[in-house]
Amino acid sequence: MGAPGELNAALRARYANNFLREVETNVEEGEWVKMCMQCGVCAGSCPFGPHWEHSPQKIFMMIRAGRREEVLASDAMWMCTSCYNCVVRCPRKLPITQIMHGLATYAHRLGLAPKLQPTRQWSLLFWENCTRTGRVNELKLTLGLYFKDGFVAGLRKAWSLRGIGFGLLRAGRLNPFELFRGHECRDKAGIQRMLQKAYEIEARHLKLDKYKA
Amino acid sequence: MAKKQYAFYPGCSSQLRGSASNYLTSVNAMCDTLEVKMTPIPDWNCCGASIGYAGSGQLARHVMNARNFALAETHLPGQDVVATCAACWLGARETKEKLDASSQLLAETNEALKEAGLEYKQKTEVRHMVEVLIEDLGYAAMAKPVVKPLEGLKVAGYVGCQTNRPFGIAGESFENPLYLDKLVETLGAEPLTKYEQKVTCCGGALAFSEPEKSRVQIRQIVESAYDHRADLIVTPCPLCQANVEIYQSEINKKHGTKLDMPVTYYSQLMAVAYGKSAKAAGLDGHVIAPKKLQDIAVKVVPAKK
Repeated sequence: MGAPGELNAALRARYANNFLREVETNVEEGEWVKMCMQCGVCAGSCPFGPHWEHSPQKIFMMIRAGRREEVLASDAMWMCTSCYNCVVRCPRKLPITQIMHGLATYAHRLGLAPKLQPTRQWSLLFWENCTRTGRVNELKLTLGLYFKDGFVAGLRKAWSLRGIGFGLLRAGRLNPFELFRGHECRDKAGIQRMLQKAYEIEARHLKLDKYKA
Repeated sequence: MAKKQYAFYPGCSSQLRGSASNYLTSVNAMCDTLEVKMTPIPDWNCCGASIGYAGSGQLARHVMNARNFALAETHLPGQDVVATCAACWLGARETKEKLDASSQLLAETNEALKEAGLEYKQKTEVRHMVEVLIEDLGYAAMAKPVVKPLEGLKVAGYVGCQTNRPFGIAGESFENPLYLDKLVETLGAEPLTKYEQKVTCCGGALAFSEPEKSRVQIRQIVESAYDHRADLIVTPCPLCQANVEIYQSEINKKHGTKLDMPVTYYSQLMAVAYGKSAKAAGLDGHVIAPKKLQDIAVKVVPAKK
Protein backbone atom coordinates (compact mmCIF):
# COMPACT_ATOMS: atom_id res chain seq x y z
CA MET A 1 0.00 0.00 0.00
CA GLY A 2 1.05 3.55 -0.56
CA ALA A 3 1.08 6.44 1.85
CA PRO A 4 -2.19 7.37 3.56
CA GLY A 5 -2.40 10.35 1.20
CA GLU A 6 -2.52 8.12 -1.89
CA LEU A 7 -5.03 5.86 -0.21
CA ASN A 8 -7.20 8.82 0.62
CA ALA A 9 -7.08 10.12 -2.95
CA ALA A 10 -7.91 6.68 -4.35
CA LEU A 11 -10.90 6.23 -2.07
CA ARG A 12 -12.16 9.75 -2.64
CA ALA A 13 -12.09 9.12 -6.37
CA ARG A 14 -13.73 5.72 -6.04
CA TYR A 15 -16.72 7.12 -4.15
CA ALA A 16 -16.87 10.50 -5.87
CA ASN A 17 -19.69 12.55 -4.38
CA ASN A 18 -21.09 9.67 -2.39
CA PHE A 19 -19.55 9.79 1.04
CA LEU A 20 -22.49 7.93 2.58
CA ARG A 21 -21.75 5.00 0.27
CA GLU A 22 -18.08 5.20 1.19
CA VAL A 23 -18.93 5.02 4.90
CA GLU A 24 -21.42 2.20 4.40
CA THR A 25 -18.86 0.15 2.52
CA ASN A 26 -15.68 0.82 4.47
CA VAL A 27 -16.56 1.84 8.02
CA GLU A 28 -17.46 -0.71 10.69
CA GLU A 29 -21.26 -0.62 11.17
CA GLY A 30 -21.38 2.24 8.62
CA GLU A 31 -24.48 0.78 6.99
CA TRP A 32 -26.45 1.99 10.03
CA VAL A 33 -25.74 5.69 9.48
CA LYS A 34 -28.73 6.30 7.21
CA MET A 35 -31.05 4.98 9.94
CA CYS A 36 -30.41 8.00 12.17
CA MET A 37 -33.58 10.07 12.60
CA GLN A 38 -31.80 13.09 14.12
CA CYS A 39 -33.51 12.97 17.53
CA GLY A 40 -30.37 14.00 19.40
CA VAL A 41 -30.66 11.58 22.32
CA CYS A 42 -27.06 10.48 21.67
CA ALA A 43 -25.86 14.07 21.96
CA GLY A 44 -27.61 14.50 25.30
CA SER A 45 -26.35 11.18 26.66
CA CYS A 46 -22.61 11.54 26.06
CA PRO A 47 -20.45 12.04 29.18
CA PHE A 48 -17.98 14.07 27.10
CA GLY A 49 -20.77 16.04 25.44
CA PRO A 50 -19.40 19.45 26.39
CA HIS A 51 -16.07 18.69 24.76
CA TRP A 52 -16.59 17.54 21.18
CA GLU A 53 -16.85 19.51 18.02
CA HIS A 54 -19.79 17.53 16.60
CA SER A 55 -22.35 15.24 18.25
CA PRO A 56 -22.88 11.76 16.76
CA GLN A 57 -26.19 13.01 15.38
CA LYS A 58 -24.41 15.87 13.59
CA ILE A 59 -21.70 13.55 12.29
CA PHE A 60 -24.35 11.26 10.81
CA MET A 61 -26.09 14.16 9.06
CA MET A 62 -22.76 15.49 7.80
CA ILE A 63 -22.01 12.08 6.31
CA ARG A 64 -25.29 12.16 4.42
CA ALA A 65 -24.54 15.69 3.30
CA GLY A 66 -21.21 14.51 1.87
CA ARG A 67 -19.01 16.65 4.09
CA ARG A 68 -16.22 14.12 3.87
CA GLU A 69 -13.11 16.02 4.95
CA GLU A 70 -14.90 17.78 7.79
CA VAL A 71 -16.21 14.51 9.20
CA LEU A 72 -12.94 12.63 8.96
CA ALA A 73 -10.93 15.48 10.51
CA SER A 74 -13.37 15.97 13.40
CA ASP A 75 -12.21 15.27 16.94
CA ALA A 76 -15.70 14.03 17.88
CA MET A 77 -15.10 10.32 17.31
CA TRP A 78 -11.99 10.43 19.47
CA MET A 79 -13.98 11.67 22.47
CA CYS A 80 -15.86 8.38 22.79
CA THR A 81 -15.27 6.77 26.20
CA SER A 82 -17.08 3.58 25.11
CA CYS A 83 -19.72 4.04 27.81
CA TYR A 84 -22.48 2.85 25.44
CA ASN A 85 -25.02 5.28 26.87
CA CYS A 86 -25.98 6.48 23.37
CA VAL A 87 -26.34 2.92 22.11
CA VAL A 88 -28.84 1.78 24.73
CA ARG A 89 -30.86 4.99 24.47
CA CYS A 90 -30.99 5.31 20.68
CA PRO A 91 -34.61 4.73 19.62
CA ARG A 92 -33.42 3.28 16.32
CA LYS A 93 -30.87 1.02 18.07
CA LEU A 94 -27.90 2.29 16.09
CA PRO A 95 -24.58 0.88 17.35
CA ILE A 96 -23.30 4.44 17.76
CA THR A 97 -20.22 3.57 19.83
CA GLN A 98 -19.00 1.13 17.19
CA ILE A 99 -19.77 3.58 14.35
CA MET A 100 -17.73 6.28 16.12
CA HIS A 101 -14.84 3.84 16.63
CA GLY A 102 -15.16 2.78 13.01
CA LEU A 103 -15.08 6.36 11.73
CA ALA A 104 -12.10 7.14 13.93
CA THR A 105 -10.22 4.11 12.62
CA TYR A 106 -11.06 4.95 9.01
CA ALA A 107 -9.97 8.58 9.44
CA HIS A 108 -6.71 7.39 10.99
CA ARG A 109 -6.01 4.95 8.17
CA LEU A 110 -6.57 7.66 5.57
CA GLY A 111 -4.24 9.99 7.44
CA LEU A 112 -7.01 12.54 8.00
CA ALA A 113 -7.44 12.20 11.78
CA PRO A 114 -6.05 15.06 13.87
CA LYS A 115 -2.38 14.14 14.33
CA LEU A 116 -2.04 15.30 17.92
CA GLN A 117 -5.37 14.01 19.11
CA PRO A 118 -4.33 12.38 22.42
CA THR A 119 -6.84 9.52 22.25
CA ARG A 120 -5.69 8.62 18.74
CA GLN A 121 -2.14 8.27 20.01
CA TRP A 122 -3.32 6.42 23.11
CA SER A 123 -5.42 3.97 21.10
CA LEU A 124 -2.47 3.10 18.84
CA LEU A 125 -0.14 2.80 21.81
CA PHE A 126 -2.55 0.44 23.57
CA TRP A 127 -3.01 -1.86 20.59
CA GLU A 128 0.70 -1.98 19.92
CA ASN A 129 1.37 -2.74 23.59
CA CYS A 130 -1.19 -5.51 24.04
CA THR A 131 -0.43 -7.31 20.78
CA ARG A 132 3.36 -7.35 21.16
CA THR A 133 3.28 -10.20 23.68
CA GLY A 134 -0.44 -10.94 23.74
CA ARG A 135 -0.92 -9.24 27.10
CA VAL A 136 -0.85 -5.64 28.27
CA ASN A 137 2.36 -4.41 29.89
CA GLU A 138 0.83 -1.77 32.14
CA LEU A 139 4.10 -0.13 33.11
CA LYS A 140 5.36 0.30 29.55
CA LEU A 141 1.91 1.46 28.48
CA THR A 142 1.83 4.20 31.11
CA LEU A 143 5.40 5.28 30.46
CA GLY A 144 4.72 5.25 26.72
CA LEU A 145 1.90 7.70 27.29
CA TYR A 146 3.94 9.95 29.58
CA PHE A 147 6.88 10.11 27.20
CA LYS A 148 4.95 10.50 23.94
CA ASP A 149 5.82 14.21 23.76
CA GLY A 150 9.50 13.71 24.41
CA PHE A 151 11.86 12.86 27.23
CA VAL A 152 11.69 16.06 29.27
CA ALA A 153 7.90 16.28 29.01
CA GLY A 154 7.77 12.63 30.08
CA LEU A 155 9.92 13.17 33.14
CA ARG A 156 7.80 16.15 34.12
CA LYS A 157 4.61 14.13 33.73
CA ALA A 158 6.00 11.13 35.63
CA TRP A 159 7.17 13.43 38.45
CA SER A 160 3.82 15.19 38.72
CA LEU A 161 2.01 11.84 39.00
CA ARG A 162 4.60 10.19 41.27
CA GLY A 163 2.09 9.99 44.13
CA ILE A 164 -0.12 7.68 42.10
CA GLY A 165 2.82 5.52 41.06
CA PHE A 166 4.12 5.06 44.60
CA GLY A 167 0.59 4.48 45.90
CA LEU A 168 0.06 1.65 43.42
CA LEU A 169 3.53 0.27 44.13
CA ARG A 170 2.77 0.11 47.85
CA ALA A 171 -0.58 -1.53 47.12
CA GLY A 172 1.15 -4.24 45.08
CA ARG A 173 -0.55 -3.10 41.89
CA LEU A 174 2.46 -1.94 39.92
CA ASN A 175 5.54 -3.93 39.03
CA PRO A 176 8.73 -1.99 38.20
CA PHE A 177 10.29 -5.12 36.69
CA GLU A 178 7.69 -5.03 33.90
CA LEU A 179 10.08 -2.59 32.29
CA PHE A 180 12.35 -5.56 31.57
CA ARG A 181 9.87 -8.36 31.32
CA GLY A 182 6.14 -8.34 31.84
CA HIS A 183 3.39 -10.89 31.54
CA GLU A 184 3.21 -12.46 28.13
CA CYS A 185 1.61 -15.26 26.14
CA ARG A 186 3.64 -18.38 25.40
CA ASP A 187 2.62 -18.44 21.74
CA LYS A 188 3.68 -14.90 20.88
CA ALA A 189 4.82 -16.01 17.43
CA GLY A 190 1.46 -17.58 16.63
CA ILE A 191 -0.31 -14.41 17.74
CA GLN A 192 1.86 -12.32 15.39
CA ARG A 193 1.17 -14.62 12.45
CA MET A 194 -2.56 -14.63 13.09
CA LEU A 195 -2.69 -10.83 13.39
CA GLN A 196 -0.67 -10.34 10.19
CA LYS A 197 -3.18 -12.53 8.40
CA ALA A 198 -6.07 -10.52 9.87
CA TYR A 199 -4.52 -7.22 8.70
CA GLU A 200 -3.98 -8.73 5.26
CA ILE A 201 -7.60 -9.88 4.96
CA GLU A 202 -8.92 -6.50 6.09
CA ALA A 203 -6.69 -4.72 3.57
CA ARG A 204 -8.18 -6.94 0.86
CA HIS A 205 -11.57 -5.39 1.60
CA LEU A 206 -10.23 -1.91 1.00
CA LYS A 207 -8.67 -3.33 -2.18
CA LEU A 208 -5.19 -2.49 -0.98
CA ASP A 209 -2.06 -4.57 -1.28
CA LYS A 210 -1.24 -4.56 2.37
CA TYR A 211 -2.31 -2.72 5.43
CA LYS A 212 -0.78 -2.53 8.86
CA ALA A 213 -1.74 -0.13 11.61
CA MET B 1 -15.53 -31.40 44.39
CA ALA B 2 -16.43 -28.06 43.02
CA LYS B 3 -20.12 -27.66 42.25
CA LYS B 4 -19.62 -25.55 39.17
CA GLN B 5 -16.71 -25.05 36.83
CA TYR B 6 -15.84 -22.43 34.26
CA ALA B 7 -13.16 -21.47 31.75
CA PHE B 8 -11.72 -18.39 33.42
CA TYR B 9 -10.69 -15.32 31.43
CA PRO B 10 -9.08 -13.14 34.13
CA GLY B 11 -7.78 -10.38 31.84
CA CYS B 12 -4.55 -8.40 31.84
CA SER B 13 -5.18 -6.05 34.77
CA SER B 14 -5.90 -8.97 37.11
CA GLN B 15 -2.46 -10.51 36.77
CA LEU B 16 0.08 -10.62 39.57
CA ARG B 17 1.04 -7.06 40.54
CA GLY B 18 -1.31 -5.67 37.89
CA SER B 19 -3.59 -2.71 38.54
CA ALA B 20 -6.45 -5.02 39.52
CA SER B 21 -4.48 -7.87 41.07
CA ASN B 22 -6.51 -7.63 44.26
CA TYR B 23 -9.66 -8.22 42.22
CA LEU B 24 -8.34 -11.65 41.26
CA THR B 25 -7.24 -12.36 44.84
CA SER B 26 -10.72 -11.67 46.15
CA VAL B 27 -12.45 -13.56 43.32
CA ASN B 28 -10.37 -16.61 44.19
CA ALA B 29 -11.35 -16.31 47.87
CA MET B 30 -15.01 -15.82 46.98
CA CYS B 31 -15.07 -18.78 44.56
CA ASP B 32 -13.35 -20.98 47.11
CA THR B 33 -16.22 -20.47 49.54
CA LEU B 34 -18.89 -20.82 46.86
CA GLU B 35 -17.26 -24.01 45.52
CA VAL B 36 -16.91 -22.55 42.06
CA LYS B 37 -13.92 -23.82 40.13
CA MET B 38 -12.33 -21.27 37.82
CA THR B 39 -9.69 -22.74 35.51
CA PRO B 40 -7.77 -20.08 33.58
CA ILE B 41 -7.87 -20.55 29.80
CA PRO B 42 -4.35 -21.77 28.99
CA ASP B 43 -2.29 -18.98 27.35
CA TRP B 44 -5.26 -16.58 27.14
CA ASN B 45 -4.56 -13.20 25.50
CA CYS B 46 -5.70 -9.58 25.79
CA CYS B 47 -9.10 -8.71 24.25
CA GLY B 48 -7.80 -5.39 22.88
CA ALA B 49 -10.15 -3.55 25.26
CA SER B 50 -12.43 -0.85 23.92
CA ILE B 51 -9.57 1.56 23.29
CA GLY B 52 -7.43 -0.44 20.84
CA TYR B 53 -9.73 0.22 17.87
CA ALA B 54 -7.59 2.62 15.84
CA GLY B 55 -4.79 0.07 15.65
CA SER B 56 -6.84 -3.09 15.45
CA GLY B 57 -9.56 -2.32 12.99
CA GLN B 58 -12.36 -4.85 13.02
CA LEU B 59 -11.02 -8.27 12.16
CA ALA B 60 -7.85 -8.31 14.28
CA ARG B 61 -9.92 -7.47 17.35
CA HIS B 62 -12.29 -10.36 16.73
CA VAL B 63 -9.37 -12.67 16.05
CA MET B 64 -7.83 -11.86 19.43
CA ASN B 65 -11.08 -12.75 21.21
CA ALA B 66 -11.70 -15.81 19.05
CA ARG B 67 -8.25 -17.13 19.96
CA ASN B 68 -9.38 -17.30 23.59
CA PHE B 69 -12.58 -19.07 22.57
CA ALA B 70 -10.66 -21.61 20.50
CA LEU B 71 -8.28 -22.28 23.40
CA ALA B 72 -11.19 -22.71 25.82
CA GLU B 73 -12.97 -25.09 23.44
CA THR B 74 -9.82 -27.16 23.09
CA HIS B 75 -8.66 -27.29 26.70
CA LEU B 76 -11.83 -26.76 28.72
CA PRO B 77 -14.61 -28.18 26.53
CA GLY B 78 -18.17 -27.56 27.63
CA GLN B 79 -17.27 -24.84 30.11
CA ASP B 80 -18.60 -21.29 29.74
CA VAL B 81 -15.94 -18.61 29.34
CA VAL B 82 -16.24 -16.32 32.36
CA ALA B 83 -14.63 -12.88 32.53
CA THR B 84 -14.27 -10.75 35.63
CA CYS B 85 -13.27 -7.58 33.74
CA ALA B 86 -16.03 -5.51 32.17
CA ALA B 87 -14.03 -4.73 29.02
CA CYS B 88 -12.92 -8.36 28.53
CA TRP B 89 -16.51 -9.49 28.86
CA LEU B 90 -17.84 -6.81 26.54
CA GLY B 91 -15.15 -7.35 23.89
CA ALA B 92 -15.49 -11.13 23.99
CA ARG B 93 -19.25 -11.09 23.89
CA GLU B 94 -19.32 -8.58 21.05
CA THR B 95 -17.00 -10.83 19.04
CA LYS B 96 -19.13 -13.87 19.75
CA GLU B 97 -22.29 -12.11 18.57
CA LYS B 98 -20.59 -10.73 15.45
CA LEU B 99 -19.16 -14.10 14.46
CA ASP B 100 -22.48 -15.84 15.12
CA ALA B 101 -24.20 -13.33 12.83
CA SER B 102 -21.78 -13.37 9.90
CA SER B 103 -20.47 -16.49 8.19
CA GLN B 104 -18.01 -14.35 6.25
CA LEU B 105 -16.53 -12.81 9.39
CA LEU B 106 -16.36 -16.27 10.96
CA ALA B 107 -14.55 -17.70 7.93
CA GLU B 108 -12.06 -14.82 7.90
CA THR B 109 -11.48 -15.15 11.64
CA ASN B 110 -10.75 -18.83 11.26
CA GLU B 111 -8.47 -18.13 8.29
CA ALA B 112 -6.39 -15.95 10.62
CA LEU B 113 -6.62 -18.34 13.59
CA LYS B 114 -5.27 -21.12 11.40
CA GLU B 115 -1.94 -19.30 11.43
CA ALA B 116 -1.80 -20.06 15.17
CA GLY B 117 -3.00 -23.62 14.65
CA LEU B 118 -6.44 -22.89 16.09
CA GLU B 119 -10.08 -23.00 15.05
CA TYR B 120 -13.14 -21.44 16.62
CA LYS B 121 -16.03 -23.91 16.46
CA GLN B 122 -18.75 -21.59 17.83
CA LYS B 123 -19.33 -23.63 20.96
CA THR B 124 -18.29 -20.90 23.37
CA GLU B 125 -20.66 -19.10 25.71
CA VAL B 126 -19.36 -15.82 27.17
CA ARG B 127 -20.44 -14.81 30.67
CA HIS B 128 -19.53 -12.27 33.33
CA MET B 129 -18.69 -13.37 36.87
CA VAL B 130 -21.72 -11.42 38.09
CA GLU B 131 -23.96 -13.48 35.78
CA VAL B 132 -22.53 -16.65 37.26
CA LEU B 133 -23.29 -15.38 40.77
CA ILE B 134 -26.82 -14.23 40.03
CA GLU B 135 -27.99 -16.70 37.41
CA ASP B 136 -26.13 -19.92 38.23
CA LEU B 137 -25.95 -19.58 42.01
CA GLY B 138 -28.61 -17.04 43.03
CA TYR B 139 -28.88 -14.68 45.99
CA ALA B 140 -29.87 -17.43 48.44
CA ALA B 141 -26.72 -19.40 47.67
CA MET B 142 -24.65 -16.23 48.04
CA ALA B 143 -26.26 -15.47 51.41
CA LYS B 144 -25.77 -18.95 52.84
CA PRO B 145 -22.01 -18.86 53.53
CA VAL B 146 -22.13 -15.41 55.20
CA VAL B 147 -20.47 -15.70 58.61
CA LYS B 148 -19.77 -12.00 59.10
CA PRO B 149 -22.76 -9.94 57.99
CA LEU B 150 -21.43 -6.52 56.95
CA GLU B 151 -23.68 -4.77 59.44
CA GLY B 152 -23.62 -1.00 59.51
CA LEU B 153 -21.58 -0.72 56.32
CA LYS B 154 -23.09 1.89 53.97
CA VAL B 155 -22.28 1.02 50.38
CA ALA B 156 -22.64 3.12 47.22
CA GLY B 157 -23.11 0.58 44.43
CA TYR B 158 -21.29 1.94 41.40
CA VAL B 159 -22.14 -0.30 38.45
CA GLY B 160 -20.41 1.91 35.87
CA CYS B 161 -20.72 1.40 32.12
CA GLN B 162 -19.51 -1.75 30.55
CA THR B 163 -20.94 -4.30 32.98
CA ASN B 164 -24.23 -2.53 32.35
CA ARG B 165 -24.22 -1.45 28.71
CA PRO B 166 -24.77 -2.46 25.96
CA PHE B 167 -25.41 -6.03 27.20
CA GLY B 168 -25.94 -5.70 30.92
CA ILE B 169 -27.28 -8.34 33.25
CA ALA B 170 -30.51 -9.98 32.02
CA GLY B 171 -33.65 -8.44 33.49
CA GLU B 172 -31.90 -5.29 34.73
CA SER B 173 -32.54 -1.79 33.40
CA PHE B 174 -29.71 0.24 31.89
CA GLU B 175 -30.59 3.39 33.81
CA ASN B 176 -31.04 1.84 37.25
CA PRO B 177 -29.76 -1.72 37.56
CA LEU B 178 -30.53 -3.17 40.98
CA TYR B 179 -28.36 -6.29 41.21
CA LEU B 180 -25.41 -4.69 42.95
CA ASP B 181 -27.65 -3.19 45.66
CA LYS B 182 -29.35 -6.57 46.12
CA LEU B 183 -25.97 -8.24 46.43
CA VAL B 184 -24.85 -5.71 49.04
CA GLU B 185 -28.05 -6.33 50.97
CA THR B 186 -27.51 -10.10 50.75
CA LEU B 187 -24.23 -9.64 52.59
CA GLY B 188 -25.89 -7.70 55.41
CA ALA B 189 -24.63 -4.25 54.41
CA GLU B 190 -26.78 -1.24 53.64
CA PRO B 191 -27.10 -0.38 49.94
CA LEU B 192 -27.49 3.34 49.25
CA THR B 193 -30.22 2.92 46.69
CA LYS B 194 -30.56 6.65 46.05
CA TYR B 195 -26.93 7.01 44.92
CA GLU B 196 -27.25 9.02 41.70
CA GLN B 197 -23.99 8.19 39.99
CA LYS B 198 -24.59 4.45 39.77
CA VAL B 199 -24.16 4.24 35.99
CA THR B 200 -22.08 7.36 35.29
CA CYS B 201 -19.01 6.96 33.09
CA CYS B 202 -15.66 7.42 34.89
CA GLY B 203 -13.97 8.33 31.61
CA GLY B 204 -12.84 4.76 31.03
CA ALA B 205 -9.64 4.49 29.02
CA LEU B 206 -9.82 8.23 28.35
CA ALA B 207 -8.81 8.84 31.98
CA PHE B 208 -5.29 8.52 30.52
CA SER B 209 -5.63 10.54 27.32
CA GLU B 210 -8.15 13.11 28.58
CA PRO B 211 -7.37 13.27 32.33
CA GLU B 212 -9.05 16.60 33.08
CA LYS B 213 -12.33 15.67 31.40
CA SER B 214 -12.38 12.29 33.12
CA ARG B 215 -11.68 13.72 36.55
CA VAL B 216 -14.83 15.81 36.30
CA GLN B 217 -16.69 12.51 36.01
CA ILE B 218 -14.74 10.87 38.83
CA ARG B 219 -15.32 13.80 41.16
CA GLN B 220 -19.09 13.53 40.64
CA ILE B 221 -19.02 9.79 41.29
CA VAL B 222 -17.13 10.24 44.57
CA GLU B 223 -18.93 13.35 45.82
CA SER B 224 -22.32 11.74 45.36
CA ALA B 225 -21.13 8.82 47.51
CA TYR B 226 -20.21 11.38 50.21
CA ASP B 227 -23.62 13.05 49.86
CA HIS B 228 -25.24 9.73 50.74
CA ARG B 229 -22.86 9.14 53.68
CA ALA B 230 -21.26 6.09 52.08
CA ASP B 231 -18.45 4.24 53.85
CA LEU B 232 -17.22 2.98 50.54
CA ILE B 233 -18.00 2.60 46.84
CA VAL B 234 -18.28 -0.90 45.41
CA THR B 235 -17.96 -1.77 41.73
CA PRO B 236 -17.77 -4.79 39.42
CA CYS B 237 -15.31 -3.13 36.99
CA PRO B 238 -11.49 -3.05 37.34
CA LEU B 239 -11.06 0.17 35.36
CA CYS B 240 -13.84 1.93 37.29
CA GLN B 241 -12.15 0.79 40.50
CA ALA B 242 -8.72 2.08 39.49
CA ASN B 243 -9.91 5.36 37.98
CA VAL B 244 -12.25 6.29 40.82
CA GLU B 245 -9.78 5.34 43.54
CA ILE B 246 -6.40 6.55 42.36
CA TYR B 247 -7.29 9.95 40.90
CA GLN B 248 -8.94 11.24 44.07
CA SER B 249 -5.56 12.51 45.30
CA GLU B 250 -4.96 14.39 42.03
CA ILE B 251 -8.41 15.98 42.24
CA ASN B 252 -7.63 17.02 45.83
CA LYS B 253 -4.33 18.56 44.73
CA LYS B 254 -5.91 20.57 41.97
CA HIS B 255 -9.23 21.57 43.53
CA GLY B 256 -8.49 21.59 47.27
CA THR B 257 -11.08 18.90 47.94
CA LYS B 258 -10.59 16.24 50.59
CA LEU B 259 -11.76 13.16 48.75
CA ASP B 260 -10.73 9.96 50.50
CA MET B 261 -13.42 7.46 49.57
CA PRO B 262 -12.44 3.77 49.40
CA VAL B 263 -13.44 1.92 46.24
CA THR B 264 -13.67 -1.87 46.42
CA TYR B 265 -14.93 -4.81 44.38
CA TYR B 266 -18.13 -6.76 45.11
CA SER B 267 -15.92 -9.84 45.44
CA GLN B 268 -14.02 -8.21 48.31
CA LEU B 269 -17.25 -7.59 50.23
CA MET B 270 -18.21 -11.21 49.64
CA ALA B 271 -14.85 -12.60 50.71
CA VAL B 272 -14.96 -10.60 53.96
CA ALA B 273 -18.56 -11.62 54.66
CA TYR B 274 -17.52 -15.23 54.08
CA GLY B 275 -14.93 -14.89 56.83
CA LYS B 276 -11.82 -14.65 54.65
CA SER B 277 -8.81 -12.71 55.93
CA ALA B 278 -8.15 -9.11 54.88
CA LYS B 279 -5.26 -10.34 52.75
CA ALA B 280 -7.31 -13.07 51.04
CA ALA B 281 -9.95 -10.43 50.29
CA GLY B 282 -7.28 -8.25 48.67
CA LEU B 283 -7.86 -5.42 51.13
CA ASP B 284 -4.11 -4.72 51.23
CA GLY B 285 -4.30 -3.72 47.56
CA HIS B 286 -5.73 -0.26 47.99
CA VAL B 287 -4.39 3.25 47.71
CA ILE B 288 -7.27 4.43 49.92
CA ALA B 289 -7.70 1.82 52.64
CA PRO B 290 -11.25 0.52 53.12
CA LYS B 291 -10.94 0.83 56.91
CA LYS B 292 -14.45 -0.20 57.91
CA LEU B 293 -14.20 -3.33 55.80
CA GLN B 294 -10.77 -4.10 57.23
CA ASP B 295 -12.22 -3.80 60.75
CA ILE B 296 -14.88 -6.37 59.91
CA ALA B 297 -12.30 -8.65 58.31
CA VAL B 298 -10.12 -8.80 61.44
CA LYS B 299 -13.08 -9.32 63.75
CA VAL B 300 -13.17 -12.82 65.22
CA VAL B 301 -16.49 -14.59 64.79
CA PRO B 302 -17.66 -17.33 67.06
CA ALA B 303 -17.62 -20.68 65.26
CA LYS B 304 -20.91 -21.44 63.50
CA LYS B 305 -23.12 -24.31 64.73
